[in-house]
Amino acid sequence: MTASGNSDYLLEVQDLKVHFRLPRRNMLTPGGTVHAVDGISYRVRRGSTFGIVGESGSGKTTAALAAMRLVPVTDGSISLDGVEMTTLTGDALREMRRKIQIVFQDPYSSLNPRMRAGAIVREPMDLMEVGEPVERDGRVAELFRRVGLRPEQEALFPHQFSGGQRQRIGVARALATQPELIVCDEPVSALDVAIQAQILNLLRELQNGFGLTYLFISHDLGVVQHICDDIAVMYLGEIVEQSDRVSLFTLPLHPYTWALISAVPSARRRERGKDGRVRLQGDPPNPIDPPPGCRFAPRCPFAVDRCHRDKPALREVREGHLVSCHLVGDDCVPPHAAAASVS
Amino acid sequence: MDAAAPLLEVEDLEVEFRTRHGTARVLDGVALSLQPGRTLGIVGESGCGKSMTALSIMRLVPVPPGRIGAGAVRLKGEDLLQASEKRMREVRGKDISMIFQEPMTSLNPVYSIGDQIAETVRLHEGLSRRDSLDRAIEMLKAVHIPAAERRVREFPHQMSGGMRQRVMIAMALACRPSVLIADEPTTALDVTVQAQVFDLLKELQEKTGTAIILISHDMGAIAEMADRVMVMYAGRIVEEAATDEILESPRHPYTRGLISCVPHMEDEPPPERAALTEIPGVVPALTDLGAGCSFAPRCAHTTDLCRRAAPQPFAVGENHRTACWLYDEAGAA
Ligand SMILES: Nc1ncnc2c1ncn2[C@@H]1O[C@H](COP(=O)(O)OP(=O)(O)OP(=O)(O)O)[C@@H](O)[C@H]1O
Ligand SMILES: Nc1ncnc2c1ncn2[C@@H]1O[C@H](COP(=O)(O)OP(=O)(O)O)[C@@H](O)[C@H]1O
Ligand code: SF4
Ligand code: SF4
Ligand SMILES: [Mg+2]
Ligand SMILES: [Mg+2]
Repeated sequence: MTASGNSDYLLEVQDLKVHFRLPRRNMLTPGGTVHAVDGISYRVRRGSTFGIVGESGSGKTTAALAAMRLVPVTDGSISLDGVEMTTLTGDALREMRRKIQIVFQDPYSSLNPRMRAGAIVREPMDLMEVGEPVERDGRVAELFRRVGLRPEQEALFPHQFSGGQRQRIGVARALATQPELIVCDEPVSALDVAIQAQILNLLRELQNGFGLTYLFISHDLGVVQHICDDIAVMYLGEIVEQSDRVSLFTLPLHPYTWALISAVPSARRRERGKDGRVRLQGDPPNPIDPPPGCRFAPRCPFAVDRCHRDKPALREVREGHLVSCHLVGDDCVPPHAAAASVS
Repeated sequence: MDAAAPLLEVEDLEVEFRTRHGTARVLDGVALSLQPGRTLGIVGESGCGKSMTALSIMRLVPVPPGRIGAGAVRLKGEDLLQASEKRMREVRGKDISMIFQEPMTSLNPVYSIGDQIAETVRLHEGLSRRDSLDRAIEMLKAVHIPAAERRVREFPHQMSGGMRQRVMIAMALACRPSVLIADEPTTALDVTVQAQVFDLLKELQEKTGTAIILISHDMGAIAEMADRVMVMYAGRIVEEAATDEILESPRHPYTRGLISCVPHMEDEPPPERAALTEIPGVVPALTDLGAGCSFAPRCAHTTDLCRRAAPQPFAVGENHRTACWLYDEAGAA
């Protein structure tokens, strides 16, 4: 694809790998390779929100940073608006970077404490030479209004704002370069629940207003279900299931997805008590030298011999619904459902 | 139902802090009652006084700048606010223990986890070094730490966040306290690990009858764990009832807001999504709370009365109270 701007997909990622080499610390601990992202492919439709979920360390942030070329890409291709990002350099890279901005998790540490809020929002426009300098102040004021801040607050410093307001500044800054894609890395996890709702509503409103596309990272399945159109579930650097939101939550196929969903606390869970749920044992594993076969096998309650030997392929089992598990047949009955109907 | 004598009773607690911006009224009229084997949830946004309630019970409020102005904390009838500091050192860890949000800050990095658990046991029960280490291993097993005999010699930094939280629980329960206060014990953990920690707390509670106070900002966590819920706002209890009752018929506008502002995970999500219900604004500064209802600036039902006078708790059902003028039978509402 060479023409830009005419595909349904704004971002297309193919077989992306990001490996980090660890130095040998001493004689006893060998150096290793962190397979932070290990061959993932996904496409993000224009104007939609694509979610990535998974436990801590599963590679969500690394996958997003790679799409922005903020970590070295080991292998694979990333195309934004039809332009291959992995080989861009210089001005061309800068121009493409203008089109992707990021909102960080922590509104406390992600803003420069010595800069006034207005300057924080203006800075990316100056750096990336967006619009004429004389227009930029007017644009900052407009952005403040759009994210629910008052123009006179431009003169304040970050510590003079509440957490939610700081996240609004972060959103305004991300919007400054008129990007097409915004990466939201846990944008509400550090906020109080009441403030989360305010920011989530703001993000959706801005998406409709500006036709934005979001790559949305979260470990909160309630938030993901609410905000995302399509969702990829990551485990140890790989996508194990991917689908639209309705299909993913209505018929979770991968045992890991189902474990994540069934771990969300609720009143219903209390009523059911210990029956009717299977819980994952052990901790989220370490992506250094991942196990052969299915990476989830050491924690999977349904693992059979084959799982420890052969790696399941990610394949489409329903329209638009992809899963990598040996035990999900073409009938789409996942192992957890099969187990429930037997007992 | 809750007819037995309460294990822990807090009455009319007032806590103030002197700050640069004036005196902050951090807790105002906080009262609670806890039965053995039961779990009380405390929920609310940050800064509403949840941790301060816990610290007051443990008598760990920093004085100064803090000051416990009034109230009583009765453990099996004994008022801990009047007890000597020596007596409090006995109580902490033995009768009441606490686990914190960030396990790393409460574990000592230079001692092995076994030594740390054993130390608590030696201090409170006068066990020998051998016996206290055995108890440490037993506790690590109880919290499902694999290879406990080996792990007992490990240091906190050698463990994952989930493991460290389990060690904290092991340490907190080593002297079989009658009350465990868990202040956001799973906020820093993955949901999968949180589920394990909750299962563990429930399992240990069933075995030992420990009463739990669970502090959380997550209504889902409270819903799963607690028998009763207390909703706090700006240092006051604004609503209190059995968990099901709160979830099914929340009365206070703040409680309703807390429940409906959270995107709720559905088994079968509908294709269309409405915007979330927002609670506008933020928690007020506790230094300039006026005479009226502290929620008034964010409430959709505010009247002149609300701005003038703080509502007292009104009974709205069996064992269900809420501090909101909307429920004053005698009032104009
Ligand atoms: N620069 C780096 N060098 C070495 N390892 C790294 C580096 N960046 C990330 N990793 C490792 O890669 C893996 C994936 O990390 P990543 O930050 O993408 O996870 P995540 O899914 O975003 O987790 P979280 O939910 O905790 O934010 C982790 O094991 C992490 O320790
Ligand atoms: N050392 C202190 N000095 C002044 N104010 C404090 C201090 N510690 C806590 N506070 C205030 O007490 C209030 C309640 O705090 P806390 O109980 O920690 O809230 P929560 O646990 O509900 O988030 C907050 O307004 C907080 O700022
Ligand atoms: S392939 Fe095997 S181990 Fe992997 S998720 Fe499926 S059943 Fe579990
Ligand atoms: S007392 Fe008034 S302001 Fe306060 S919560 Fe009730 S209706 Fe709202
Ligand atoms: Mg991350
Ligand atoms: Mg707290």
